[in-house]
Amino acid sequence: MIQYIIRRILYAFPLLLGVNILTFVLFFVVNSPEDMARMQLGHKHVTEQAVENWKQQRGYHLPLLWNAEASGTSKITETIFFQKSAGLFWFDFGISDSDRRNIGADIKQRMWPSLAVALPTLLLGLITNICVALLMVLFRRSYLEFGGIVLCVVLMSVSSLFYIIGGQFFIGKVLKLVPISGYDGGFQALKFIVLPIVIGVISGIGSGARWYRTLFLEEVEKDYVRTARAKGLSETQVLFRHVLKNAMIPILTGVVVVLPLLFMGSLIMESFFSIPGLGSYTIDAINSQDFAIVRSMVFLGSVLYIVGLLLTDISYTLVDPRVRLS
Amino acid sequence: MVVLWTDALIFVLLLGMIVLSVYMLRNPRMSRPLRQIGTSKTGMVSLTVLLFFVAVGLLDSMHFHSKDSNEIVSVLDQWLSPIRLHGEKTYSAPFAAHLFGKELMVLEDGSPVWAYPRLQYGGAHLDDPESELFYDVLMKASIGFIKSAIPAAIVLVLLVQRLRRRQNALISQASVKAVAWTVFWIVTVCGTLLELSSYYHVLGTDKVGEDVLYQAIKSIRTGLVIGTLTTLIMLPLAIVFGILAGFFRGWVDDTIQYLYTTLNSIPSVLLIAASILVVQVYMAKNEEQFTSLIVRADMRLLFLCIILGVTNWTGLCRMLRAETLKLREMEYVQAASALGVRRRIILFRHILPNVMHIVLISVVLDFSSLVLAEAVLSYINIGVDPTTHSWGNMINGARLEMAREPVVWWSLAASFLFMFTLVLAANLFADSVRDAFDPRRMG
Amino acid sequence: MNRSPVLEVKNLTVKFGPDNPVVDTIGFEVHAGETFAIVGESGSGKSITALSVLRLLPVNASVNADEINLNGVDLLRKAEYELCKIRGRRVALIFQDPMSSLNPVMTVGEQIAEVLKLHFSMTKQAIRQRVIELLTRVEIPEPEKRVGEYPHQLSGGQRQRVMIAIALAGEPDLLIADEPTTALDVTIQAQILALLKAIQNKTGMALWLISHDLALVSTMADRIAVMQNGKIVETGRSASIFQNPTHPYTRKLLDALPSMDSCLGHKREQKPPLLKIDDFKVYYPIRKGIFKRVVGHVRAVDGVGFEIEHGKTLALVGESGCGKTTLGKALLNLIPAYSGRVVMDGIELHKLTGEALRRKRADIQIVFQDPFSSMNPRMLVSEIIDEGIRALYPKVGAVDRYARVVELLERVDLPPDSAHRYPHEFSGGQRQRICIARALAVQPKMIVCDEPTSALDASVQAQIIELLKDLQKEQGVSYLFITHDLGVVAEIADEVAVMYRGKIVEHGEVEQVLLNPKNTYTRELLAAVPRLQNKDV
Repeated sequence: MIQYIIRRILYAFPLLLGVNILTFVLFFVVNSPEDMARMQLGHKHVTEQAVENWKQQRGYHLPLLWNAEASGTSKITETIFFQKSAGLFWFDFGISDSDRRNIGADIKQRMWPSLAVALPTLLLGLITNICVALLMVLFRRSYLEFGGIVLCVVLMSVSSLFYIIGGQFFIGKVLKLVPISGYDGGFQALKFIVLPIVIGVISGIGSGARWYRTLFLEEVEKDYVRTARAKGLSETQVLFRHVLKNAMIPILTGVVVVLPLLFMGSLIMESFFSIPGLGSYTIDAINSQDFAIVRSMVFLGSVLYIVGLLLTDISYTLVDPRVRLS
Repeated sequence: MVVLWTDALIFVLLLGMIVLSVYMLRNPRMSRPLRQIGTSKTGMVSLTVLLFFVAVGLLDSMHFHSKDSNEIVSVLDQWLSPIRLHGEKTYSAPFAAHLFGKELMVLEDGSPVWAYPRLQYGGAHLDDPESELFYDVLMKASIGFIKSAIPAAIVLVLLVQRLRRRQNALISQASVKAVAWTVFWIVTVCGTLLELSSYYHVLGTDKVGEDVLYQAIKSIRTGLVIGTLTTLIMLPLAIVFGILAGFFRGWVDDTIQYLYTTLNSIPSVLLIAASILVVQVYMAKNEEQFTSLIVRADMRLLFLCIILGVTNWTGLCRMLRAETLKLREMEYVQAASALGVRRRIILFRHILPNVMHIVLISVVLDFSSLVLAEAVLSYINIGVDPTTHSWGNMINGARLEMAREPVVWWSLAASFLFMFTLVLAANLFADSVRDAFDPRRMG
Repeated sequence: MNRSPVLEVKNLTVKFGPDNPVVDTIGFEVHAGETFAIVGESGSGKSITALSVLRLLPVNASVNADEINLNGVDLLRKAEYELCKIRGRRVALIFQDPMSSLNPVMTVGEQIAEVLKLHFSMTKQAIRQRVIELLTRVEIPEPEKRVGEYPHQLSGGQRQRVMIAIALAGEPDLLIADEPTTALDVTIQAQILALLKAIQNKTGMALWLISHDLALVSTMADRIAVMQNGKIVETGRSASIFQNPTHPYTRKLLDALPSMDSCLGHKREQKPPLLKIDDFKVYYPIRKGIFKRVVGHVRAVDGVGFEIEHGKTLALVGESGCGKTTLGKALLNLIPAYSGRVVMDGIELHKLTGEALRRKRADIQIVFQDPFSSMNPRMLVSEIIDEGIRALYPKVGAVDRYARVVELLERVDLPPDSAHRYPHEFSGGQRQRICIARALAVQPKMIVCDEPTSALDASVQAQIIELLKDLQKEQGVSYLFITHDLGVVAEIADEVAVMYRGKIVEHGEVEQVLLNPKNTYTRELLAAVPRLQNKDV
């Protein structure tokens, strides 16, 4: 097991390097450091000197990829690419371009609001979807199941934007139960996150319940279910004791893979509900073309994604006794 | 005749779909799944609705220079001219005769008054809107209904009679009836709406006074383009990489896995945002090629589709790789090796046809999620050009209006209604396709 | 045997929808202490009968009967929750494939304990005691250890023992065994059957056995019913059925049974050698460590050597896992060989690569076990058969190819219009004929037959063996016939090689190996094969 983890971590390095290169290319194909400087300083009356200063302060005065003037290894190290990328590997995110703040500190602060919304949404959504799917399978071939399927398709066909806007309107404005958007620290946050969580769960029921229902139905067809019935178990007992246990394997592993990404937050939710999380952090950075933040968030996202993949494989071994990591 | 890039690709796609349909109808192996779709009433009704949307989209994809104003318009625009050209000043409610907000008006005797001004086109034929509006709307609606119902009913009844005589193996009688009713209702609703639209703004007007119904109809093409062109770009990538990775394994597999893991780790929002910026820079630097607003917007739409295709191929690729790995071990593939068949021929004759059902199901399922995604992307300003009509732009504009008192709800409702209908039809059709092509039921 | 029957079924009919009934008005009895067997080929409805008695069929099945009486209780009139009390307690069921019939994520102990918890009220310790007792009763070694293990950690035979333990846990009056040994090796099969007999003798419960294997049934059953197409065509005491079968179908089934005696009177002509293999090894690397270094090998085929002559058949016999299929596939280079020499007609096959190898493929062909998965379901029969011709003889034109396809179809006794149909339209036996035609299309000198009849019914099996023998006489093609079924070996083989754990432990002429085996393992194998108990009662 340890060997497997080490092997996966080693494999992660070329992946992260590739991600870095791709981000770098994507960003700098579009902008040159001049463009970035001008945008940050505002477009009015920008002098050459001001641009140069801006670049010097942030290390953008160096060549992009290859420094012909330097000697030896400095040819590579004295470049924007190396300077900006190397630090990432030991999680030194540096300073943001637009407002000179410590990115690492910002990340640490902003990840909590993201989690506060994303984690409950995931857990509540999981429980709701499983319950709905179980109900539909229990009442197979009856009108309840038919109604459930129709409801799920309809719920799936509605855009998440409508759930958000509708939810904000009816619950926030008309019924005035909770504030529409915003955020506060500590326990005050509760009234702000209720709405995004509820809307997040409802918008996910359609596709989630359908997917779990498919998984359950697949298991119900299997031979061991027949054996369980032959032992004298009732249909409900069969469902809960045998089918659920087996179906939880793909369900759980599907959940585990997204767990790390919860830190990044949902971009849409955070925008609509003005939650100061990492999602809105990224969107703002893209809009203001702040390369320092963007590359940090992309790197962080990649690391979390790779961790998610690793966790999925490990969780397989824990949950499914048949799987042993090679 | 003006051919935009997206127009050309749409018609190429249309040709491809026709060829594929003909192939599927002729192939005896396909008759069982096709018959299953044919007997499912839900499947056929949703297909009819989808085809109607496609027809609207196609009409909107034939562009030419308008004689009057020298702008580029489409056949649909010509047809909907009355609605298109009857712009108001600003907001007005559905079926209203007055603007939504009060304005400073000057009466005949010169005194200023703060009141609701009459609309220029909506309800302009009425003398006294308060009393006449309701009955006038009813009357016009009934006229429109009758004008469209009678010809539709005649044509449909004749067609149904003819089809009943020629027992078609693929479509059941019940489905034919269901489809006929669907067509009837679609035609009558359209007829009624068109009749009413000459006199009123059926769904109101938006901030700049443009008719909301017109916007919603125009957005159909945008939604369709995003759902279909993206697939056109995504399919070759996913199929080639997925099958090669699964079949050859070794370093080919490792490289492709590296490629899609790297792509997947970068948040797609970033990829799309960066690519849109690239397009904008390119367009800024090559002004001459982009003569008008429509051409620019079209380019951006095209690039959005390309980007979405490039970022979305990984899901299907993974599924195809898994399936190819399984197929590789099937005995008929081993038998083909034993018979001396070359590897590339094995790929084409044995692997490719046996993964096509996954491709088909994936394409139909992805369509609806792409249409929904467009709305979200437009909201964060990395979707289509703001001048392009799309449901996402409608929502974006309307969102801020929800805070006003009283609420301006009609733009939102219109985009919701249209998007929901298209996506629901696509989902229902996707379900019946998936049930029909489920490999567990294949012979 | 004058007690009233444990199970009495009268006029049972099972239908799925408007189609013809799958089980058509059958009736039978099972008495305490006796073994009652229902025999029939696949599709005869025997398994469905068993499931319908306990109402375990899916909702769309309609089950009708005058009476289904279990020890005086009419099962037809019982509500579902009452049936739940009967299932597992008064009647127990064991199924064919123990791997898929056991829940993979529950331990063996939990699955047995479930029955105890459901039907009895016992304390935790008592349950654990009983589970270990049951495991001991079904002769599983180290039962305390096994209690915490999962099904995939056990061997096939052990899993079936666990299934029997689950069945016994309820202390049932009737045990229904649906093809309990079909998925097991023949030596294990003998052990499981002996276990069932022993348990029956001790507890006096009724045993209802379902099988397609007449020979097996003859060793176990007291009374037999023969089922064909949903109807029972003959019932009676086992001895009388085997000695004096009255119904033509029963006679057909008995005739189709391969018997060991058919190897007598085998002609021994010398023919020139065709294929010679020497010290043939197929090893799979075991990789461990961070960098997946090779630390050892799994020796699937460990130094095998033999010779096959023109027009002769060498049968390769062994149980599952011995490496015979691996050897067959490696000969065709479908699996890479680790080392060894393969010489055919003077040419060293193992040295060929690339294009030369591809051309040589015409000389050795293969017919697989599963007629369902060995053909591409999306290709027409004509395309399937002429695939090899297109690849290896590209100069042959379309018209000539089609003529050859028709010729081959006729040779394997299929109508020429089969060429325009798809594989799923044919039965298992017919599909296997198409596969044989496909192999013959490229005019091979040798065909590797990898268990070609194991998935087929006995009567169909006999036909396929006849076909293969005719083709060999006609065309002089040699066979490497891989099988686990010794009866079939007697019918078709000239020479026999017995394989065990990657090595050949005995090799000789067919009469000598089958009737006079020298090796202990061969003797074990032969002893385990169920033979028709003709003369004894």
